[in-house]
Amino acid sequence: MSQSIIQTEKLIFRYSAEEGAAPTVLDGVSLSIHPGQFVAVLGHNGSGKSTLAKHFNAILLPSGGKVYVDGIDTCDEDRLLDIRRQVGMVFQNPDNQIVASVVEEDVAFGPENLGVPSQEIRERVDAALAAVGMTEYARHAPHLLSGGQKQRVAIAGVLAMRPRCIVLDEPTAMLDPVGRKEVLDTVKRLNREQGITVVLITHHMDEAAQADRLVVMHDGHIVADDKPALVFQNVDGLRTLGLEVPEPVALLYELRQNGVDVPLTALTVDECAGVLKKLLRGVISQEQI
Amino acid sequence: MALRDITLGQFFPGASPIHSLDPRAKLVAMICYIVALFMGQWFVTYAILLAVLIAVVAASTVKPKALLRGLKPVVFILVFTAVLNIFYTPGEPLVTFWIFTITKEGVLHAFFMVVRIIMLITCTFLLTYTTSPLSLTDGLESLMGPLKKLHVPVHELSMMMSIALRFIPTLIEETDKIMSAQRARGADFDSGNLIQKAKALIPLLVPLFISAFRRADELATAMECRCYHGGEGRTRMKQLHYRPGDILFMLGALGLAVFIGVLGHFGL
Repeated sequence: MSQSIIQTEKLIFRYSAEEGAAPTVLDGVSLSIHPGQFVAVLGHNGSGKSTLAKHFNAILLPSGGKVYVDGIDTCDEDRLLDIRRQVGMVFQNPDNQIVASVVEEDVAFGPENLGVPSQEIRERVDAALAAVGMTEYARHAPHLLSGGQKQRVAIAGVLAMRPRCIVLDEPTAMLDPVGRKEVLDTVKRLNREQGITVVLITHHMDEAAQADRLVVMHDGHIVADDKPALVFQNVDGLRTLGLEVPEPVALLYELRQNGVDVPLTALTVDECAGVLKKLLRGVISQEQI
Repeated sequence: MALRDITLGQFFPGASPIHSLDPRAKLVAMICYIVALFMGQWFVTYAILLAVLIAVVAASTVKPKALLRGLKPVVFILVFTAVLNIFYTPGEPLVTFWIFTITKEGVLHAFFMVVRIIMLITCTFLLTYTTSPLSLTDGLESLMGPLKKLHVPVHELSMMMSIALRFIPTLIEETDKIMSAQRARGADFDSGNLIQKAKALIPLLVPLFISAFRRADELATAMECRCYHGGEGRTRMKQLHYRPGDILFMLGALGLAVFIGVLGHFGL
């Protein structure tokens, strides 16, 4: 247990019933996330993925089962701050999570709440803004930034608390493609360079494909949990859940269905191109013979 | 409608000595000055107060035009006050016609009242023109700090003020968007009489309120995620520090109030 940074044991969550029926949103989810991992949680609307994320820093408390953050039970109210400083959270709408009217003041909000001395807050804020590449905007007003920039400020705000893990709940859902790339590149860099554990909740296949580990949720259950390349092999299985695979995989799958022998492990366009190139070379050399 | 043009707090950024004063020093000095204004009695005291005001305005590099613009909305109140004072102050009559009597005291009273209000408004505008809303909020929180002992939620109030300031541009943008969306469906915000115009605002206000509540809810969750738990044990990145200049400015303002008080006592 001490190994994993976030661990859920048979986690059950249902909304408190007002009129009889209490829908069960999470039904026996057991998951453990290890330090330094980049985990994507995939699922379509209503699969319970956001609800699961909200359990990772005690915004929601389990109706049944347990959630441990760094060995601390999230039901332990006295240690709420310890849990939240370990696991930072970034939400979908960048406008609704920025508190102050100056970028650097907003990034300072977390450490200020933790009672960090002013001198150290300054250092943390500068480091966090540098880490997301927003140093030059330190004195700007947040409402004048682009969506991707706002979301990077929100990530910096979490980083300034020096968390071990960042949970991002569909951080790119409201962004344009440029903003999406900015945010995803930032997150990947933080994971790689600073060893911060990342949990990315998403419904974009191409984002999920970039993770080390992919957890697929459906109807409050975990239906797959493995390396993305392996999870996406099961094209039919995912399609019955209403999930589409990344386009390169879909292309290779179609080829396979038509009797061409190609592997399904290419997740990016480049990998896919490599596979096709090899295939075409093979075809040409066969024809020459 | 150019909703984006609305600026609140009307802060003019600058690097003058007045801009760089501690917000608390400016607040205290403004209170002293207002007290002094009400203790003044005669031309001598008002001349001194006016000279001080002009000196501060000059040092602040705020354009006098901007200050005069601030007076426009209160012209009606000024005229009203002047008229009431002219006609209703008993004393030595100057002119009498029909049922009205204008007294010498009335004219003087009216004059001083108008001068007093003009100077009062100018000095408060000077404060908001030279102090950013954020540092003004910080200054207020710090000055009202002692009230915490009386269980006044000082930190919560200032947090509310700064969040309100943060969300004004966001909500203005949203209002713009909703107006465009409703116009696209044929809503008409500009024509009709007052009642029709007020009714036309309903399809604007309902979605605006709903979205504001949703925003508030999400913001509260986001703040909790960043370990917000009230003012207790909270530190600040930028702490306010009194510098010698701030102390001098406050002492100067206090001295002015005392001096005017003494002069006023002698009816000057």
